[in-house]
Amino acid sequence: MPEHIVKAYDRELEALGRRIAEMGGLAEKMLSEAMDALADLDVDMARRVVASDPRLDALQREVEESAVLTIARRQPMAIDLRECVAAIRISGDLERVGDLAKNIAKRTAKIAAEARLPRAIVGLKSMHDVAAMQLKDVLDAYAQRDVERARQVWSRDAEVDALEDSVFRDLLTFMMEDPRNISFCTHLLFCSKNIERIGDHTTNIAETVVFLVTGESLPVERPKGKTAFEPIESP
Amino acid sequence: MSLVMDAPAAHPMARSDVSEKISIRGLDFFYGQTRALKSISLPLYRNEVTAFIGPSGCGKSTLLRVLNRMYDLYPNQRAEGEVLLDGENLLSPDIDVNLLRSRVGMVFQKPTPFPMSIYENIAFGIRLYERVSKSELDDRVKAALEGAALWNEVKDKLHASGLSLSGGQQQRLCIARTVAIHPEVILLDEPASALDPISTAKIEELIDDLSEQYTIAIVTHNMQQAARVSEYTAFMYLGELIEFDRTRRVFTSPDKKQTQDYITGRFG
Repeated sequence: MPEHIVKAYDRELEALGRRIAEMGGLAEKMLSEAMDALADLDVDMARRVVASDPRLDALQREVEESAVLTIARRQPMAIDLRECVAAIRISGDLERVGDLAKNIAKRTAKIAAEARLPRAIVGLKSMHDVAAMQLKDVLDAYAQRDVERARQVWSRDAEVDALEDSVFRDLLTFMMEDPRNISFCTHLLFCSKNIERIGDHTTNIAETVVFLVTGESLPVERPKGKTAFEPIESP
Repeated sequence: MSLVMDAPAAHPMARSDVSEKISIRGLDFFYGQTRALKSISLPLYRNEVTAFIGPSGCGKSTLLRVLNRMYDLYPNQRAEGEVLLDGENLLSPDIDVNLLRSRVGMVFQKPTPFPMSIYENIAFGIRLYERVSKSELDDRVKAALEGAALWNEVKDKLHASGLSLSGGQQQRLCIARTVAIHPEVILLDEPASALDPISTAKIEELIDDLSEQYTIAIVTHNMQQAARVSEYTAFMYLGELIEFDRTRRVFTSPDKKQTQDYITGRFG
Protein backbone atom coordinates (compact mmCIF):
# COMPACT_ATOMS: atom_id res chain seq x y z
CA MET A 1 0.00 0.00 0.00
CA PRO A 2 1.50 3.38 -0.95
CA GLU A 3 2.19 5.82 1.86
CA HIS A 4 -0.03 8.74 2.72
CA ILE A 5 1.05 12.15 1.52
CA VAL A 6 0.93 13.14 5.20
CA LYS A 7 3.50 10.86 6.87
CA ALA A 8 2.18 11.42 10.40
CA TYR A 9 -1.06 9.75 9.27
CA ASP A 10 0.88 6.55 8.45
CA ARG A 11 2.61 6.68 11.82
CA GLU A 12 -0.74 7.01 13.63
CA LEU A 13 -2.19 3.98 11.87
CA GLU A 14 0.97 1.94 12.42
CA ALA A 15 0.89 2.80 16.11
CA LEU A 16 -2.70 1.53 16.29
CA GLY A 17 -1.63 -1.77 14.73
CA ARG A 18 1.29 -2.11 17.14
CA ARG A 19 -0.93 -1.57 20.18
CA ILE A 20 -3.36 -4.22 18.93
CA ALA A 21 -0.42 -6.61 18.48
CA GLU A 22 0.71 -5.89 22.04
CA MET A 23 -2.81 -6.45 23.37
CA GLY A 24 -3.03 -9.71 21.43
CA GLY A 25 0.26 -10.96 22.87
CA LEU A 26 -0.82 -10.04 26.38
CA ALA A 27 -4.25 -11.69 26.02
CA GLU A 28 -2.64 -14.88 24.69
CA LYS A 29 -0.19 -14.94 27.57
CA MET A 30 -2.95 -14.39 30.14
CA LEU A 31 -5.02 -17.21 28.67
CA SER A 32 -2.19 -19.74 28.57
CA GLU A 33 -0.96 -18.83 32.06
CA ALA A 34 -4.51 -18.98 33.44
CA MET A 35 -4.82 -22.50 32.04
CA ASP A 36 -1.39 -23.57 33.39
CA ALA A 37 -2.28 -22.15 36.78
CA LEU A 38 -5.55 -24.10 36.74
CA ALA A 39 -3.89 -27.35 35.63
CA ASP A 40 -1.14 -27.07 38.26
CA LEU A 41 -3.35 -25.36 40.85
CA ASP A 42 -0.62 -22.72 41.01
CA VAL A 43 -2.07 -19.82 43.01
CA ASP A 44 0.95 -17.53 42.52
CA MET A 45 0.73 -17.82 38.78
CA ALA A 46 -3.05 -17.24 38.95
CA ARG A 47 -2.40 -13.99 40.86
CA ARG A 48 0.08 -12.87 38.23
CA VAL A 49 -2.60 -13.35 35.56
CA VAL A 50 -5.02 -11.22 37.58
CA ALA A 51 -2.31 -8.57 38.01
CA SER A 52 -1.66 -8.24 34.27
CA ASP A 53 -5.27 -7.37 33.44
CA PRO A 54 -5.01 -3.61 34.19
CA ARG A 55 -2.30 -3.29 31.53
CA LEU A 56 -4.64 -4.81 28.94
CA ASP A 57 -7.45 -2.47 30.01
CA ALA A 58 -5.12 0.52 29.73
CA LEU A 59 -4.03 -0.55 26.25
CA GLN A 60 -7.64 -0.83 25.16
CA ARG A 61 -8.34 2.71 26.30
CA GLU A 62 -5.25 3.93 24.46
CA VAL A 63 -6.35 2.21 21.24
CA GLU A 64 -9.84 3.70 21.53
CA GLU A 65 -8.55 7.18 22.25
CA SER A 66 -6.05 7.23 19.41
CA ALA A 67 -8.54 5.73 16.94
CA VAL A 68 -11.14 8.35 17.89
CA LEU A 69 -8.50 11.08 17.64
CA THR A 70 -7.46 9.89 14.17
CA ILE A 71 -11.09 9.86 13.06
CA ALA A 72 -11.55 13.42 14.37
CA ARG A 73 -8.28 14.74 13.02
CA ARG A 74 -7.98 13.03 9.63
CA GLN A 75 -11.53 11.98 8.70
CA PRO A 76 -10.24 8.66 7.39
CA MET A 77 -11.87 7.11 4.35
CA ALA A 78 -12.12 3.57 2.97
CA ILE A 79 -9.28 1.29 4.18
CA ASP A 80 -8.10 3.89 6.73
CA LEU A 81 -11.58 4.22 8.18
CA ARG A 82 -11.85 0.44 8.38
CA GLU A 83 -8.44 0.33 10.14
CA CYS A 84 -9.73 2.66 12.84
CA VAL A 85 -13.06 0.88 13.27
CA ALA A 86 -11.32 -2.52 13.29
CA ALA A 87 -8.83 -1.36 15.94
CA ILE A 88 -11.67 -0.22 18.21
CA ARG A 89 -13.58 -3.48 17.75
CA ILE A 90 -10.59 -5.81 18.12
CA SER A 91 -9.27 -4.02 21.19
CA GLY A 92 -12.71 -4.46 22.77
CA ASP A 93 -12.69 -8.19 22.03
CA LEU A 94 -9.15 -8.64 23.34
CA GLU A 95 -9.95 -6.75 26.52
CA ARG A 96 -12.83 -9.19 27.11
CA VAL A 97 -10.55 -12.17 26.41
CA GLY A 98 -8.29 -10.82 29.17
CA ASP A 99 -11.25 -10.46 31.56
CA LEU A 100 -12.32 -14.04 30.93
CA ALA A 101 -8.77 -15.36 31.46
CA LYS A 102 -8.60 -13.31 34.66
CA ASN A 103 -11.87 -14.89 35.78
CA ILE A 104 -10.40 -18.39 35.27
CA ALA A 105 -7.37 -17.34 37.34
CA LYS A 106 -9.59 -16.00 40.14
CA ARG A 107 -11.51 -19.29 40.27
CA THR A 108 -8.19 -21.19 40.36
CA ALA A 109 -7.19 -19.26 43.47
CA LYS A 110 -10.54 -20.19 45.04
CA ILE A 111 -10.56 -23.91 44.27
CA ALA A 112 -6.85 -24.66 44.72
CA ALA A 113 -7.38 -25.87 48.29
CA GLU A 114 -10.35 -28.14 47.61
CA ALA A 115 -9.36 -29.35 44.15
CA ARG A 116 -9.72 -33.03 43.42
CA LEU A 117 -9.92 -35.13 40.35
CA PRO A 118 -7.12 -33.99 37.99
CA ARG A 119 -8.95 -35.89 35.22
CA ALA A 120 -11.76 -33.28 35.44
CA ILE A 121 -9.34 -30.73 34.07
CA VAL A 122 -8.22 -32.75 31.05
CA GLY A 123 -11.25 -31.79 28.96
CA LEU A 124 -10.81 -28.14 29.84
CA LYS A 125 -7.19 -28.33 28.76
CA SER A 126 -8.16 -29.57 25.29
CA MET A 127 -10.78 -26.84 25.03
CA HIS A 128 -8.14 -24.31 25.97
CA ASP A 129 -5.67 -25.67 23.43
CA VAL A 130 -8.16 -25.25 20.59
CA ALA A 131 -9.22 -21.78 21.77
CA ALA A 132 -5.59 -20.67 22.20
CA MET A 133 -4.70 -21.90 18.71
CA GLN A 134 -7.71 -20.07 17.28
CA LEU A 135 -6.67 -16.87 19.07
CA LYS A 136 -3.12 -17.16 17.76
CA ASP A 137 -4.40 -17.76 14.22
CA VAL A 138 -6.74 -14.81 14.26
CA LEU A 139 -4.02 -12.49 15.58
CA ASP A 140 -1.72 -13.67 12.79
CA ALA A 141 -4.58 -13.14 10.30
CA TYR A 142 -4.90 -9.55 11.59
CA ALA A 143 -1.16 -8.90 11.43
CA GLN A 144 -0.91 -10.26 7.88
CA ARG A 145 -4.31 -9.00 6.69
CA ASP A 146 -5.01 -12.62 5.72
CA VAL A 147 -8.71 -12.99 4.89
CA GLU A 148 -8.51 -16.71 4.15
CA ARG A 149 -6.99 -17.47 7.53
CA ALA A 150 -9.60 -15.30 9.24
CA ARG A 151 -12.38 -17.18 7.45
CA GLN A 152 -10.90 -20.51 8.61
CA VAL A 153 -10.87 -19.33 12.22
CA TRP A 154 -14.45 -18.18 11.82
CA SER A 155 -15.63 -21.52 10.49
CA ARG A 156 -13.78 -23.54 13.19
CA ASP A 157 -15.59 -21.95 16.15
CA ALA A 158 -17.89 -24.96 16.35
CA GLU A 159 -14.95 -27.09 17.55
CA VAL A 160 -14.70 -25.18 20.84
CA ASP A 161 -18.48 -25.39 21.23
CA ALA A 162 -18.40 -29.16 20.71
CA LEU A 163 -15.63 -29.57 23.29
CA GLU A 164 -17.58 -27.46 25.76
CA ASP A 165 -20.46 -29.85 25.35
CA SER A 166 -18.29 -32.85 26.20
CA VAL A 167 -16.71 -31.05 29.19
CA PHE A 168 -20.21 -30.29 30.44
CA ARG A 169 -21.18 -33.98 30.28
CA ASP A 170 -17.97 -35.06 32.05
CA LEU A 171 -18.39 -32.57 34.86
CA LEU A 172 -22.03 -33.54 35.25
CA THR A 173 -20.98 -37.16 35.65
CA PHE A 174 -18.39 -36.28 38.30
CA MET A 175 -20.95 -34.28 40.24
CA MET A 176 -23.45 -37.15 40.14
CA GLU A 177 -20.76 -39.60 41.27
CA ASP A 178 -19.94 -37.65 44.42
CA PRO A 179 -21.68 -34.53 45.76
CA ARG A 180 -18.36 -33.37 47.25
CA ASN A 181 -17.28 -32.65 43.66
CA ILE A 182 -20.10 -30.19 43.11
CA SER A 183 -18.45 -26.96 44.26
CA PHE A 184 -15.19 -27.66 42.46
CA CYS A 185 -16.88 -28.85 39.27
CA THR A 186 -19.23 -25.86 39.22
CA HIS A 187 -16.22 -23.58 39.13
CA LEU A 188 -14.81 -25.65 36.29
CA LEU A 189 -18.12 -25.31 34.42
CA PHE A 190 -17.76 -21.55 34.59
CA CYS A 191 -14.17 -21.88 33.39
CA SER A 192 -15.33 -23.87 30.38
CA LYS A 193 -17.98 -21.24 29.66
CA ASN A 194 -15.23 -18.59 29.81
CA ILE A 195 -13.16 -20.46 27.26
CA GLU A 196 -16.18 -20.87 25.03
CA ARG A 197 -16.71 -17.09 25.19
CA ILE A 198 -13.08 -16.50 24.36
CA GLY A 199 -13.81 -18.55 21.24
CA ASP A 200 -16.72 -16.20 20.46
CA HIS A 201 -14.50 -13.13 20.80
CA THR A 202 -11.93 -14.80 18.56
CA THR A 203 -14.65 -15.31 15.97
CA ASN A 204 -15.65 -11.65 16.30
CA ILE A 205 -12.05 -10.68 15.59
CA ALA A 206 -12.05 -12.97 12.53
CA GLU A 207 -15.18 -11.16 11.27
CA THR A 208 -13.49 -7.83 11.86
CA VAL A 209 -10.39 -8.91 9.92
CA VAL A 210 -12.56 -9.88 6.94
CA PHE A 211 -14.33 -6.50 7.16
CA LEU A 212 -11.00 -4.70 7.49
CA VAL A 213 -9.51 -6.24 4.39
CA THR A 214 -12.53 -6.58 2.10
CA GLY A 215 -15.10 -4.11 3.43
CA GLU A 216 -17.59 -7.00 3.42
CA SER A 217 -19.34 -8.53 6.39
CA LEU A 218 -19.53 -12.27 7.01
CA PRO A 219 -23.01 -13.77 7.34
CA VAL A 220 -24.79 -13.09 10.63
CA GLU A 221 -25.10 -16.80 11.39
CA ARG A 222 -21.78 -18.35 12.21
CA PRO A 223 -21.39 -22.15 12.10
CA LYS A 224 -22.56 -23.39 15.48
CA GLY A 225 -21.85 -26.67 17.19
CA LYS A 226 -24.40 -28.13 19.56
CA THR A 227 -24.05 -26.52 22.93
CA ALA A 228 -24.58 -28.22 26.25
CA PHE A 229 -27.46 -25.92 27.02
CA GLU A 230 -29.62 -26.59 24.03
CA PRO A 231 -32.69 -28.75 24.55
CA ILE A 232 -31.95 -32.33 23.59
CA GLU A 233 -33.70 -33.22 20.36
CA SER A 234 -36.20 -36.03 20.49
CA PRO A 235 -35.38 -38.92 18.13
CA MET B 1 -26.94 -9.20 -28.88
CA SER B 2 -28.11 -5.72 -29.77
CA LEU B 3 -28.54 -4.97 -33.43
CA VAL B 4 -27.50 -1.39 -32.90
CA MET B 5 -23.79 -2.01 -32.50
CA ASP B 6 -22.74 1.60 -32.43
CA ALA B 7 -24.99 2.87 -29.66
CA PRO B 8 -22.77 3.95 -26.75
CA ALA B 9 -23.32 1.66 -23.80
CA ALA B 10 -24.73 2.80 -20.48
CA HIS B 11 -22.48 2.61 -17.42
CA PRO B 12 -22.36 -0.93 -15.97
CA MET B 13 -23.49 0.42 -12.55
CA ALA B 14 -26.61 1.92 -14.14
CA ARG B 15 -29.75 0.88 -12.29
CA SER B 16 -33.05 0.19 -13.92
CA ASP B 17 -35.21 0.76 -10.83
CA VAL B 18 -34.41 4.48 -10.54
CA SER B 19 -35.00 6.68 -13.54
CA GLU B 20 -32.12 8.53 -15.15
CA LYS B 21 -32.63 12.26 -15.49
CA ILE B 22 -29.43 12.56 -17.47
CA SER B 23 -27.68 9.70 -19.25
CA ILE B 24 -24.12 10.38 -20.35
CA ARG B 25 -23.01 7.89 -22.98
CA GLY B 26 -19.62 7.64 -24.62
CA LEU B 27 -18.88 11.32 -24.04
CA ASP B 28 -15.61 12.76 -25.39
CA PHE B 29 -14.65 16.39 -25.00
CA PHE B 30 -11.97 18.35 -26.80
CA TYR B 31 -10.24 21.62 -26.04
CA GLY B 32 -8.81 22.10 -29.54
CA GLN B 33 -6.76 18.93 -30.06
CA THR B 34 -6.66 17.99 -26.38
CA ARG B 35 -9.05 15.22 -25.41
CA ALA B 36 -10.18 16.26 -21.92
CA LEU B 37 -12.91 13.65 -21.46
CA LYS B 38 -12.50 10.08 -22.62
CA SER B 39 -15.57 7.94 -23.30
CA ILE B 40 -17.45 8.92 -20.17
CA SER B 41 -20.64 6.96 -19.51
CA LEU B 42 -22.71 7.40 -16.39
CA PRO B 43 -26.24 8.15 -15.25
CA LEU B 44 -27.45 11.06 -13.13
CA TYR B 45 -30.46 9.73 -11.29
CA ARG B 46 -33.61 11.80 -10.90
CA ASN B 47 -33.83 13.69 -7.59
CA GLU B 48 -30.51 12.35 -6.38
CA VAL B 49 -27.24 14.13 -5.68
CA THR B 50 -24.26 12.87 -7.67
CA ALA B 51 -20.80 14.06 -6.61
CA PHE B 52 -17.81 14.32 -8.94
CA ILE B 53 -14.43 13.99 -7.29
CA GLY B 54 -10.88 13.78 -8.59
CA PRO B 55 -7.64 15.74 -8.64
CA SER B 56 -7.42 19.10 -10.41
CA GLY B 57 -7.48 18.70 -14.17
CA CYS B 58 -9.28 15.35 -14.10
CA GLY B 59 -12.18 16.71 -16.17
CA LYS B 60 -14.91 16.97 -13.57
CA SER B 61 -15.63 20.66 -14.15
CA THR B 62 -15.41 20.09 -17.90
CA LEU B 63 -18.04 17.39 -17.58
CA LEU B 64 -20.30 19.74 -15.63
CA ARG B 65 -19.85 22.43 -18.31
CA VAL B 66 -20.99 19.96 -20.95
CA LEU B 67 -24.27 19.35 -19.15
CA ASN B 68 -25.61 22.83 -19.92
CA ARG B 69 -23.50 23.47 -23.04
CA MET B 70 -21.47 26.15 -21.28
CA TYR B 71 -18.63 25.29 -23.66
CA ASP B 72 -20.69 26.63 -26.59
CA LEU B 73 -19.49 30.07 -25.55
CA TYR B 74 -15.93 29.19 -26.54
CA PRO B 75 -14.56 28.42 -29.98
CA ASN B 76 -12.53 25.22 -30.55
CA GLN B 77 -14.32 23.32 -27.80
CA ARG B 78 -16.51 20.42 -28.78
CA ALA B 79 -18.23 17.41 -27.29
CA GLU B 80 -18.90 14.05 -28.93
CA GLY B 81 -21.11 11.23 -27.78
CA GLU B 82 -24.54 11.51 -26.18
CA VAL B 83 -25.88 13.33 -23.18
CA LEU B 84 -29.56 12.52 -22.85
CA LEU B 85 -31.76 14.82 -20.78
CA ASP B 86 -35.03 12.94 -20.35
CA GLY B 87 -34.07 10.95 -23.43
CA GLU B 88 -33.25 13.95 -25.63
CA ASN B 89 -29.64 14.45 -26.73
CA LEU B 90 -28.65 17.85 -25.44
CA LEU B 91 -25.49 17.86 -27.55
CA SER B 92 -27.63 17.99 -30.69
CA PRO B 93 -27.24 21.22 -32.70
CA ASP B 94 -31.05 21.70 -32.77
CA ILE B 95 -31.20 22.19 -29.03
CA ASP B 96 -32.21 25.70 -27.91
CA VAL B 97 -29.28 26.43 -25.63
CA ASN B 98 -31.06 29.19 -23.71
CA LEU B 99 -33.95 26.90 -22.98
CA LEU B 100 -31.50 24.16 -22.01
CA ARG B 101 -29.81 26.47 -19.50
CA SER B 102 -33.16 27.28 -17.94
CA ARG B 103 -33.66 23.55 -17.42
CA VAL B 104 -30.11 22.89 -16.28
CA GLY B 105 -28.96 25.66 -13.92
CA MET B 106 -25.43 26.19 -12.69
CA VAL B 107 -23.79 27.68 -9.59
CA PHE B 108 -20.08 28.47 -9.59
CA GLN B 109 -17.31 28.30 -7.03
CA LYS B 110 -17.10 32.05 -6.63
CA PRO B 111 -20.43 33.70 -5.83
CA THR B 112 -21.49 35.70 -8.89
CA PRO B 113 -24.35 38.00 -7.92
CA PHE B 114 -25.25 40.64 -10.49
CA PRO B 115 -24.44 44.21 -9.43
CA MET B 116 -28.08 44.95 -8.69
CA SER B 117 -30.49 44.57 -5.79
CA ILE B 118 -31.16 41.24 -4.12
CA TYR B 119 -34.68 41.35 -5.52
CA GLU B 120 -33.52 42.13 -9.05
CA ASN B 121 -30.87 39.41 -8.96
CA ILE B 122 -33.70 36.92 -8.86
CA ALA B 123 -36.40 38.77 -10.79
CA PHE B 124 -34.01 39.29 -13.69
CA GLY B 125 -33.85 35.61 -14.63
CA ILE B 126 -37.57 35.06 -14.22
CA ARG B 127 -38.37 37.99 -16.56
CA LEU B 128 -35.91 36.60 -19.07
CA TYR B 129 -37.93 33.44 -19.55
CA GLU B 130 -41.47 34.35 -18.55
CA ARG B 131 -44.01 37.19 -18.51
CA VAL B 132 -45.34 37.49 -14.99
CA SER B 133 -47.33 40.12 -13.09
CA LYS B 134 -45.71 42.21 -10.37
CA SER B 135 -47.44 40.32 -7.56
CA GLU B 136 -46.57 36.98 -9.09
CA LEU B 137 -42.98 38.12 -9.48
CA ASP B 138 -42.90 39.08 -5.77
CA ASP B 139 -44.15 35.63 -4.87
CA ARG B 140 -41.59 33.93 -7.08
CA VAL B 141 -38.73 35.96 -5.62
CA LYS B 142 -39.88 35.15 -2.10
CA ALA B 143 -40.28 31.45 -2.89
CA ALA B 144 -36.80 31.31 -4.45
CA LEU B 145 -35.21 33.01 -1.46
CA GLU B 146 -37.05 30.66 0.86
CA GLY B 147 -35.96 27.73 -1.25
CA ALA B 148 -32.36 28.85 -0.86
CA ALA B 149 -32.80 29.33 2.91
CA LEU B 150 -32.04 33.04 2.58
CA TRP B 151 -35.44 34.69 2.96
CA ASN B 152 -35.26 35.31 6.71
CA GLU B 153 -31.88 36.98 6.39
CA VAL B 154 -32.78 39.35 3.54
CA LYS B 155 -36.55 39.93 3.69
CA ASP B 156 -36.06 43.41 5.19
CA LYS B 157 -33.46 44.55 2.70
CA LEU B 158 -34.60 43.16 -0.65
CA HIS B 159 -33.54 46.35 -2.39
CA ALA B 160 -30.02 46.39 -0.97
CA SER B 161 -27.28 45.41 -3.40
CA GLY B 162 -26.64 41.70 -3.83
CA LEU B 163 -22.96 42.49 -3.41
CA SER B 164 -23.58 43.78 0.14
CA LEU B 165 -24.26 40.23 1.35
CA SER B 166 -21.65 37.97 2.95
CA GLY B 167 -19.93 35.33 0.80
CA GLY B 168 -22.17 32.55 2.07
CA GLN B 169 -25.29 34.67 1.55
CA GLN B 170 -24.14 35.64 -1.95
CA GLN B 171 -23.74 31.96 -2.79
CA ARG B 172 -27.23 31.19 -1.53
CA LEU B 173 -28.48 34.18 -3.56
CA CYS B 174 -26.95 32.54 -6.63
CA ILE B 175 -28.69 29.29 -5.76
CA ALA B 176 -31.95 31.22 -5.27
CA ARG B 177 -31.42 32.80 -8.70
CA THR B 178 -30.94 29.33 -10.14
CA VAL B 179 -34.03 27.77 -8.55
CA ALA B 180 -36.21 30.84 -9.32
CA ILE B 181 -36.64 29.78 -12.93
CA HIS B 182 -37.65 26.24 -11.90
CA PRO B 183 -34.85 24.24 -13.46
CA GLU B 184 -34.86 20.43 -13.51
CA VAL B 185 -31.15 19.91 -12.90
CA ILE B 186 -28.76 21.99 -10.78
CA LEU B 187 -25.02 21.88 -11.41
CA LEU B 188 -22.85 23.01 -8.51
CA ASP B 189 -19.17 23.62 -9.24
CA GLU B 190 -17.45 23.71 -5.84
CA PRO B 191 -20.26 25.78 -4.36
CA ALA B 192 -18.82 25.91 -0.84
CA SER B 193 -15.08 25.96 -1.32
CA ALA B 194 -14.79 29.70 -0.63
CA LEU B 195 -17.09 29.64 2.38
CA ASP B 196 -16.64 29.32 6.14
CA PRO B 197 -17.87 26.13 7.90
CA ILE B 198 -21.21 27.62 8.97
CA SER B 199 -22.04 28.88 5.47
CA THR B 200 -20.82 25.53 4.13
CA ALA B 201 -23.19 23.67 6.47
CA LYS B 202 -26.07 25.90 5.30
CA ILE B 203 -25.27 25.15 1.66
CA GLU B 204 -25.11 21.43 2.41
CA GLU B 205 -28.42 21.56 4.26
CA LEU B 206 -29.81 23.36 1.23
CA ILE B 207 -28.49 20.72 -1.17
CA ASP B 208 -30.24 18.11 0.93
CA ASP B 209 -33.56 19.99 0.68
CA LEU B 210 -33.17 20.78 -3.01
CA SER B 211 -32.55 17.14 -3.91
CA GLU B 212 -36.19 16.41 -3.16
CA GLN B 213 -37.18 18.47 -6.19
CA TYR B 214 -34.11 18.66 -8.38
CA THR B 215 -31.48 16.38 -9.83
CA ILE B 216 -28.14 17.68 -8.59
CA ALA B 217 -24.56 17.25 -9.77
CA ILE B 218 -21.83 18.67 -7.55
CA VAL B 219 -18.11 19.00 -8.15
CA THR B 220 -16.11 19.22 -4.94
CA HIS B 221 -12.53 18.93 -3.76
CA ASN B 222 -13.76 18.28 -0.26
CA MET B 223 -14.00 14.52 0.12
CA GLN B 224 -16.01 14.69 3.32
CA GLN B 225 -18.46 17.04 1.64
CA ALA B 226 -18.94 14.59 -1.22
CA ALA B 227 -19.47 11.82 1.35
CA ARG B 228 -21.98 13.93 3.27
CA VAL B 229 -24.17 15.36 0.53
CA SER B 230 -24.29 12.82 -2.25
CA GLU B 231 -26.01 9.52 -2.89
CA TYR B 232 -23.74 8.62 -5.83
CA THR B 233 -20.11 9.45 -6.43
CA ALA B 234 -18.06 9.46 -9.60
CA PHE B 235 -14.25 9.44 -9.32
CA MET B 236 -12.46 10.85 -12.36
CA TYR B 237 -8.79 10.87 -13.24
CA LEU B 238 -7.04 12.24 -16.34
CA GLY B 239 -10.29 12.60 -18.22
CA GLU B 240 -11.52 9.11 -17.47
CA LEU B 241 -14.27 7.88 -15.23
CA ILE B 242 -12.48 5.48 -12.89
CA GLU B 243 -15.32 4.52 -10.59
CA PHE B 244 -18.99 5.30 -10.25
CA ASP B 245 -21.00 3.81 -7.41
CA ARG B 246 -23.14 4.49 -4.38
CA THR B 247 -21.36 7.08 -2.23
CA ARG B 248 -21.51 4.87 0.84
CA ARG B 249 -19.61 2.22 -1.09
CA VAL B 250 -17.04 4.57 -2.66
CA PHE B 251 -16.03 6.05 0.68
CA THR B 252 -16.01 2.85 2.73
CA SER B 253 -14.71 0.23 0.34
CA PRO B 254 -14.11 1.46 -3.18
CA ASP B 255 -13.64 -1.07 -5.94
CA LYS B 256 -10.63 0.48 -7.64
CA LYS B 257 -7.20 1.02 -6.16
CA GLN B 258 -6.88 4.47 -7.78
CA THR B 259 -10.08 5.59 -6.06
CA GLN B 260 -8.85 4.29 -2.72
CA ASP B 261 -5.47 5.99 -3.10
CA TYR B 262 -7.13 9.29 -3.93
CA ILE B 263 -9.77 9.39 -1.20
CA THR B 264 -7.35 8.21 1.49
CA GLY B 265 -4.73 10.80 0.58
CA ARG B 266 -2.16 8.41 -0.91
CA PHE B 267 -2.13 9.92 -4.38
CA GLY B 268 1.51 10.52 -5.22
